[in-house]
Amino acid sequence: MSQADNTTAVAAHADDHHDEPHLIAYSTYILIWLALCTLTLITVGVAMVDMRHMAIPVALLVACIKSTLVLLWFMHVKFENRVLWWFIISGVGTYVIFVILTFADYAYR
Amino acid sequence: MSDTAGMSDTAVMAGDAPGHAAGGHDDHHGHYGVPGYDPLAWKMGMWLFLFTEVLLFGALFIAFAAYLHTYTWEFARGSKQLNIPVGTFNTLVLLTSSMTVAVAIGAMQRGKKELAIKLLDFTVGCAVVFCIIKAFEWGGKFEHHIYPGSPHLAAKELGQQIYFGLYFTMTGLHALHVIIGAALILWCRARIKNGTVTQDRITFMDNIGLYWHLVDLVWIFLFPLFYLLH
Repeated sequence: MSQADNTTAVAAHADDHHDEPHLIAYSTYILIWLALCTLTLITVGVAMVDMRHMAIPVALLVACIKSTLVLLWFMHVKFENRVLWWFIISGVGTYVIFVILTFADYAYR
Repeated sequence: MSDTAGMSDTAVMAGDAPGHAAGGHDDHHGHYGVPGYDPLAWKMGMWLFLFTEVLLFGALFIAFAAYLHTYTWEFARGSKQLNIPVGTFNTLVLLTSSMTVAVAIGAMQRGKKELAIKLLDFTVGCAVVFCIIKAFEWGGKFEHHIYPGSPHLAAKELGQQIYFGLYFTMTGLHALHVIIGAALILWCRARIKNGTVTQDRITFMDNIGLYWHLVDLVWIFLFPLFYLLH
């Protein structure tokens, strides 16, 4: 029944290998790779066009989208155990707190 | 639908576990009938290590952002001296290597050992290409008398000195990670060859893959911040 939503993620081996890790189709990896390359070229394109104040926010936004793709698919976080999800969220969250606190301090000096 | 995908592996496990005599403890990922093999614990350990890496680079990124705020124009002038096409090409090389490692793990999960080894070799090739290009970039800067502590750099504005200081520190630390990552991939390749990493005992390879993707993640932020500040 779980195969219903696995149109791209092939579960072909599910019968002979009971609890083996979630299999992702090769084509999915290639699609993610194409998306990452496209986003890279978009960032470069945006930087070439003189956008002044928007260039850095756009570059950071695209970098965040790219890293989310890498985390979810290449690093398999999308298919990981719930425990690992919370683990990763708390790790990234800790860093985000550091960033916010540093800049809250920096901005009002 | 999307959140069912996240839970589907647990569902498959719970559904399939009774059919397999691997012991009673199916409350975590870790049982392939191999004693002492606990993939979830190993992966959590790897993620803990990756968090320390995030904090290492993260501190440098915070320093970069703070100085970028103060020395916006000097950083832009520094950034103009980097070669965007070369940096873009290196980004694509690293993204490709990340994809090939992911596919290599996918191949190994399907029991295709030979394909996995070929893809790992390709990944190491990408790492070598990345480092060679990086070396030429650094070499080009050295030829223009821009290197840490150079009198030429010391004569420039403070903002540019800081920009190039961070550039050499951060890309150097990243390149060190690329070299270590490539060595780890070669170790993993050897372990696949000698049969200590197999389709059913794959977590070592998973963890090496995670390390390599982290190296890629760091570069995803390094590239636009250093090269595209025009």
